[in-house]
Amino acid sequence: MRNVRFIGLFAATFGLVALSSGLAMAQAQQDDAEKEIERYRAMISDPMSNPGFLAVDRGEVLWATKRGKKEVTLETCDLGEGPGKLEGAYAKLPRYFQDADRVMDIEQRLLWCMEKIQDLDTADVRRRRFGGPDYTSDMQDLVAFIANKSSGMKYQLQESHPKEKEMLAAGEALFFRRAGVMDFSCATCHGDDGKRIRLQALPNFSKAGKDAQDTMGGWPTYRVSQSQLRTMQHRLWDCYRQMRMPAPEYASDGITALTAYMVKMAAGGEITVPSIKR
Amino acid sequence: MKTLFIASSLAASLIVLSGAAHAQQAAPTKVDPAVVDKYVQSMWAKAPDPWKTVPVQDETQRICTETRNNPSQADFTKIMEREKASVVFPADGKVIGDWKAGERVANTGTGGQFTDGPNTPRGGNCYACHQMAPKELSYGTLGPSLQNYGKDRKFDPAEARNAYAKIYNAQGVFPCSQMPRFGLHKFLSEQQMKDAVAYLFDPESPVNK
Repeated sequence: MRNVRFIGLFAATFGLVALSSGLAMAQAQQDDAEKEIERYRAMISDPMSNPGFLAVDRGEVLWATKRGKKEVTLETCDLGEGPGKLEGAYAKLPRYFQDADRVMDIEQRLLWCMEKIQDLDTADVRRRRFGGPDYTSDMQDLVAFIANKSSGMKYQLQESHPKEKEMLAAGEALFFRRAGVMDFSCATCHGDDGKRIRLQALPNFSKAGKDAQDTMGGWPTYRVSQSQLRTMQHRLWDCYRQMRMPAPEYASDGITALTAYMVKMAAGGEITVPSIKR
Repeated sequence: MKTLFIASSLAASLIVLSGAAHAQQAAPTKVDPAVVDKYVQSMWAKAPDPWKTVPVQDETQRICTETRNNPSQADFTKIMEREKASVVFPADGKVIGDWKAGERVANTGTGGQFTDGPNTPRGGNCYACHQMAPKELSYGTLGPSLQNYGKDRKFDPAEARNAYAKIYNAQGVFPCSQMPRFGLHKFLSEQQMKDAVAYLFDPESPVNK
């Protein structure tokens, strides 16, 4: 990265940037390619035809379905705003829960409610944590349903409890932590403004503001390329895959810490979910 | 001597530059490394072999993380010396392979992911971050453009050797560089690295057209 800046400065200082007609043409083709991607994004971004809302509907049914040894629904589950209160709950996650004495994200809290309230063996739910072509994911559906109840609201960072503070500090540290065979950290790709990987624009999450707000405001999202509603939990799993790191444990504190850090960068950003993406 | 001079002037300019570029980034929050390790463990303690040790940082990764890629002058020198010493050149001294195979290395972004099979082809995925041949429009901008790389260096064999060393271990050239250490981590084979150098240095390569 620093090499890039140095070369940039060097080139600018010594006037080595010569824009030949060939280069200008390549630039024009480049712009066309980017415009085409933008056009595609606008085309798929139609809430009336967004299959992500099917996940919302399935989640609504699951929320009110009696399950587990106790044969009860999830309707008394407290997501932070009071038992069964869903409006605005997602906008304030991750947060500290006194009953569990832990900071939890949406997935951790849902699993906790299934185990404590329903006395449900969550092995099967965890196995279907990410939906596939032949099966749906209860977790994806429930997160879609609950997150949708915060649509139109803004992310409100929770950082008053010491455990929330620790979670945020750990998330920041993980974001900048370099490791693995690629020596990457999250910041390698998401640490600067206006960068691209291939043609894909890379949002900068190393500072608070618009990039993080726009991104976080659109998760969970329906991924057209995967035909699935995906949550931030899945997105971070996918990032670590691309970084050549081992698969991170589902609903682990590390993923919650990174999510909390990203919510901090996105604080004040409006939530419009489920969105639809490539 | 010359290298040293370039390195130190680079370092001096870059301290100023990176400071400016990250002006909007908040100062790092202080956190006990043992706490961070607890969170790292939460994600990967149950990872199967041989993945288990992957998240463990080496000394260079640790320093680059702690300093947000701005190591002290002393660490800068230490990292450069250590990483440079790791570079193993091909036994026959030839660093230039086949540019067509190198083009595949540059375009291949698979291999080594936890969803990949053991036989999934591995590549350097150079285009993810670098502009190379002008005809390839799908390139990233995380690294500098490498267009005309060999041509701009007059196809100098010493420069080709430098490029091999850079691909093998970028941090031996520039400490805390964002570029992966492809040779050190044995992510690419010696042949793949030679082919990648050929893609940069062969006069017939589209990179130089």
